[in-house]
Amino acid sequence: MHLSPDEIIFWQYGFLKLNATIVFTWVLMLVLAVGSKLITRKLSSDLKRSRWRNLLEIVVTMTEKQIEEVGLRNPKKYLPFLGALFLFVALAALFTIFPGYEPPTGSLSTTAALALCVFVATPLFGILERGWGGYLKSYVQPTFVMLPFNIISELSRTLALAVRLFGNMMSGAMIIGILLTITPFIFPIVMKALGLLTGMVQAYIFFILSTVYIAAATRVSKPGPEAEHIEK
Amino acid sequence: MLIDWFTIAAQALNFLILVWLMKRFLYKPILHAIDEREQRIAKELADADAKKVEAQKESEEFERKNKEFDEQRDALLTRATEEAKTERQRLLDEARNAAEVLHAKQRDVMEREQRSLNDEITRRTQKEVFAITRKILADLAGTSLEERICEVFRRRLRDLDGEEKEGFAEILKTSSDPVLVRSAFDLPSEQRDGIQHALNETFSAEIHVRFETEPDVISGVELTANGRKVAWSIADYLTSLENSVSELLKEPSKPEAEPEAEPETQTGPKAKSGTQPAAVEEVE
Repeated sequence: MHLSPDEIIFWQYGFLKLNATIVFTWVLMLVLAVGSKLITRKLSSDLKRSRWRNLLEIVVTMTEKQIEEVGLRNPKKYLPFLGALFLFVALAALFTIFPGYEPPTGSLSTTAALALCVFVATPLFGILERGWGGYLKSYVQPTFVMLPFNIISELSRTLALAVRLFGNMMSGAMIIGILLTITPFIFPIVMKALGLLTGMVQAYIFFILSTVYIAAATRVSKPGPEAEHIEK
Repeated sequence: MLIDWFTIAAQALNFLILVWLMKRFLYKPILHAIDEREQRIAKELADADAKKVEAQKESEEFERKNKEFDEQRDALLTRATEEAKTERQRLLDEARNAAEVLHAKQRDVMEREQRSLNDEITRRTQKEVFAITRKILADLAGTSLEERICEVFRRRLRDLDGEEKEGFAEILKTSSDPVLVRSAFDLPSEQRDGIQHALNETFSAEIHVRFETEPDVISGVELTANGRKVAWSIADYLTSLENSVSELLKEPSKPEAEPEAEPETQTGPKAKSGTQPAAVEEVE
């Protein structure tokens, strides 16, 4: 019994190693890339389109809509990053229906890596949108006293992001493992279904939280058209 | 150890690659296709709207033209009907006039023919009647027609009485002109004397008489003096006969209607008395 797919190591050469996390991540990446490529291979502006393409379009447009609803004005700019987060986490949870598969999101290394990416992307988008001064100023809002708290908040929420996803995915796998030893019939299936649901919910949560962080970084005290309108 | 730093780095890299892959293979083409499709739909909708507007315009134009055409057709039809009516009336009037003219002409011709026929009949009848009478008288009574006529005339003169006689007497006294006795034939001298004698006797005076022969006085004798007349002639009989004949001609479908040869019925006020075909009448 292992807590993380990191512990399943297929190949190791000193510092370098190839564990189940990385391998399954590659599998997911391959499926996503090849699937997208296959589906979007014969793209045209025709009104008639395949079911798979409709599915992809729904996913893409829904993601875009969600980003916009959270408050990001130019969703197309953030869509690849946030959309990839959602798709990766969701697919990682969805693939648990295949036996022998270990979700890479069940590894704290993966969730930490994703959280780190968000941790880096948030100030990056903020600076891109508002410039260095504008972004850094947000750390001393509303007063200078808040600076340490803001920094702590930034770090803690990244940690929370990583641990939340890891805990949920790992616990799902753990519960199924434990249940299999106790009641090998019926119950694991129910738990599996529940696991799929929590996986989807976690994917959504991870995606929406990241969006909110980025939105907060890019929007705070920036006089957008709406703010200008209110000032007038 | 839950956290493996190499795996973290590898996963971060993997994720960044995934982001690029997704951007390259999924989001870009899909969004591009969606945008294109939306543009196309918008364009098609706009086109459809434009076409609809155009169709509406064309439909309205067509309707307007149709209406105009209908109105024109109605107007033309009405005008044509009016013209046809007028023309018909004109033609009818023309035909009627022509028919009337023709009819009048025909009537004239017929009347003329009728008249000439009547004249001819009168002439022949007169001739025949004279011939027959003359012959009958000669055969049966051994006397001539003229003789008998003069005798009858003389009797008439003698039979004059009352107002007529006085009227004549008055005229004969006042008038200086001789009395005119006209006859259809030349009166022989004994007849003339007879008439003279009768006159003298009737009016108890010497009457100047002038004798004239006038074929118009159809086989008769008449005495005229200043508007008054005493006469006997066959003309009255002939008129009666003529009337009967023309009635026969006019009513060929009523052969039963037999005209009676009564000179009195035709001569009216001329009739003096009984069956005598003589008249004493006022001449204007």
